[in-house]
Amino acid sequence: MATQDSVAEGREAPRVPLLYDPKLRSIAYQVIVFVGLFAFVYWIVGNTVANLQRANIASGFGFLQSRAGFDIGQSMIEYTSDSTYGRALLVGLLNTLLVAVLGIATATVIGFIVGVGRLSKNWLINRICLVYVEVFRNIPPLLVIFFWYFGVLSVLPGPRDSIELPFNTYLNGRGFYFPKFLWGEGSGLIVIAFLLALVFAFFVRRWAYKRQEATGQQFPVFLTSLGLIVGLPLLAFVLTGMPLEFSYPELSTFNLRGGMQVKPEFLSLYLALSFYTAAFIAEIVRAGVLGVSHGQTEASFALGLRPRQALRLVIVPQALRIIIPPLTSQYLNLTKNSSLAIAIGYPDLVATGGTALNQTGQAIEIVAIWLVVYLGLSLMTSAFMNWFNARMALVER
Amino acid sequence: MQEHDLSFVRAQMVAEQAPPLRERGLVRWLRKNLFANITDTIFTLIGLFIIFSIVPPVLNWAFFNAQWFGTDRTFCATVVQGGMQPEGWSGACWAFVRAKFLQFMVGRYPVDERWRVYLTGLIFVALLVPMLMPRVPRKGLNAILLFLVFPIVGFFLLSGGYFGLREVPTPLWGGLTVTLVLAYVGIAVSLPFGIVLALGRRSQMPVVKLICIIFIETMRGVPLITILFMASVMLPLFLPPGTTFDKLLRALIGVALFASAYMAEVIRGGLQAIPKGQYEGADALGLSYWQKTNLIVLPQAIKLVIPGIVNTFIGLFKDTSLVYIIGMFDLLGAVRLNFADANWASAQTPITGLVFAGFIFWLFCFGMSRYSIFMERRLDTGHKR
Repeated sequence: MATQDSVAEGREAPRVPLLYDPKLRSIAYQVIVFVGLFAFVYWIVGNTVANLQRANIASGFGFLQSRAGFDIGQSMIEYTSDSTYGRALLVGLLNTLLVAVLGIATATVIGFIVGVGRLSKNWLINRICLVYVEVFRNIPPLLVIFFWYFGVLSVLPGPRDSIELPFNTYLNGRGFYFPKFLWGEGSGLIVIAFLLALVFAFFVRRWAYKRQEATGQQFPVFLTSLGLIVGLPLLAFVLTGMPLEFSYPELSTFNLRGGMQVKPEFLSLYLALSFYTAAFIAEIVRAGVLGVSHGQTEASFALGLRPRQALRLVIVPQALRIIIPPLTSQYLNLTKNSSLAIAIGYPDLVATGGTALNQTGQAIEIVAIWLVVYLGLSLMTSAFMNWFNARMALVER
Repeated sequence: MQEHDLSFVRAQMVAEQAPPLRERGLVRWLRKNLFANITDTIFTLIGLFIIFSIVPPVLNWAFFNAQWFGTDRTFCATVVQGGMQPEGWSGACWAFVRAKFLQFMVGRYPVDERWRVYLTGLIFVALLVPMLMPRVPRKGLNAILLFLVFPIVGFFLLSGGYFGLREVPTPLWGGLTVTLVLAYVGIAVSLPFGIVLALGRRSQMPVVKLICIIFIETMRGVPLITILFMASVMLPLFLPPGTTFDKLLRALIGVALFASAYMAEVIRGGLQAIPKGQYEGADALGLSYWQKTNLIVLPQAIKLVIPGIVNTFIGLFKDTSLVYIIGMFDLLGAVRLNFADANWASAQTPITGLVFAGFIFWLFCFGMSRYSIFMERRLDTGHKR
């Protein structure tokens, strides 16, 4: 740009024919694209309006207030078939979030274990993890869901011949049953103790950091925090007289009564998403750790750090910086893949929305809700992960 | 020093000796890789436990206890379930897969016309294999045949209606054929379209850039199912009243658009990795935008992101299974459909069918990923530092 200016100062810039002027050309292209797109959208909107009129469908979100009239198998909030479509969609959204959050947690744990296993010098562990990754990465998630649902869970015996597992849990064709926690009086105190412990742990960490800066002495922050976070609620639990009871599932003639039931739809979706995504997370973890150059390890040993310290202070923070961005997109993938729920009838947002769509024909509105919700979830997750990533980047300095 | 009396000095070399037993051969390998120290030994034992608790049951189920032959469900059901197997039997029902194999491959395609599917498949393989082998010459002609001529030939062969071929409507297509058609079209459309989108996203023109960003981010932000739903319920709304639209075509559009957005992001990564000097060098040579892009930038960028492109292909291939949800029967859908066949319904049928479908998917995806590794090594011209 600067050279052009100086040329212009010296002598007159060569005259470019209008047809070959880059600026003008670019504006012309953009105008063409814009007009073309506008005409396309105009055509679509016109068609849509005509089609909707022909089908006698009133557009707008008013239908959300009317009675849904269908039942939902699993709901975290109160819902009956008399509730509105809006509430049905809310139930679906909550179910999506439930399976996404639990799936993300489990997939992360399995993924990190397998990913570290892939780095192991132990040949056997290395190969087992490799087989796991290569099997699950190359199979469609829908097939994994079907595998759990039709292949494993639906051929389990009926409630009468439930399989008994440890800790009073049962497994049968209708799902997984486990004891329900019944918190009694004073359990609020335990929560308060837990929060208090978190605050204490935070201050202990800050104090330990300052002390190390000043004196060079280290303080076992991790153990103290762990002791605080486990110990204080436990103390509160004992002091309030152990206000916890269990409602155990019990075998009656036809069904299991009491306890908590996890439906097979949820279980298959949750297991499938966790196992499938874990394979990808494992590869990300492996790539992240390998991405930290060996010189870093050698340098930290040269500084006199022990292997454990080198791992915690030098390698992991740098590896996390590589791991977090792709990990974010895997979390998003898991959330989006949870929409496969519709194939086995787990009532997530897409499944409940699909039912509403079939009943009311409000295709545009329902699809718009899907778009907004999933885009919103994506943006929120990436915002959070970006924030986390920024923090990690700071710690690394 | 001098006080030492070196009373013995060996005059000749000691003969070479084999390393001790624990430092060579199998023993050394075992010590190094499985039993290096206590933790390692514990992990090895855990690994052995995992293998012994998974492998024998799986082998038993898939091979030793499996039912290979049979004509109906009685061969795969226990006595209590009305079959002929002993109580507590658990094994793969390969007889089911054998009986339904052709359905899994071509769906409900009319029996007399199935040769057309086989012929299409044969042409595809005959064009694809030389394309994938670097040594075979005439890649340009091959590419034209595979990506321009083959789709037309394939379309007329599969759907018919011309040249005296009976018309076979797409609802009759099914099985692996549909999976491959979706994957082929998705790949053939998403790569060029993805390149255009990526170039658009890096364009200097704000309007073009904005449109590309909105398209890419919307597609990437939502699940494929919603896109497929959109394609299946909203496309008919968007078109003039009375236009009918083939269901397979709708799914194809949905899948191709979805894959293009992901492809665009992969290609953009490659474009960003090209040093600025390459762009400036091309400008200095007086190349036009398209010359610069086609001759300088894209060849380097695409080479850089081959793993990413193949990953997108693999993702696309796996995602084709979702068309089952909008009521089409690809490989997975065909398997799923046949669970319900009363003639074959047994406790072992679903899992056998799914394992079979999973194996087919796995073969394709694993093959693609191995080929990408091979290609990456071949194209690596050693510029990496």
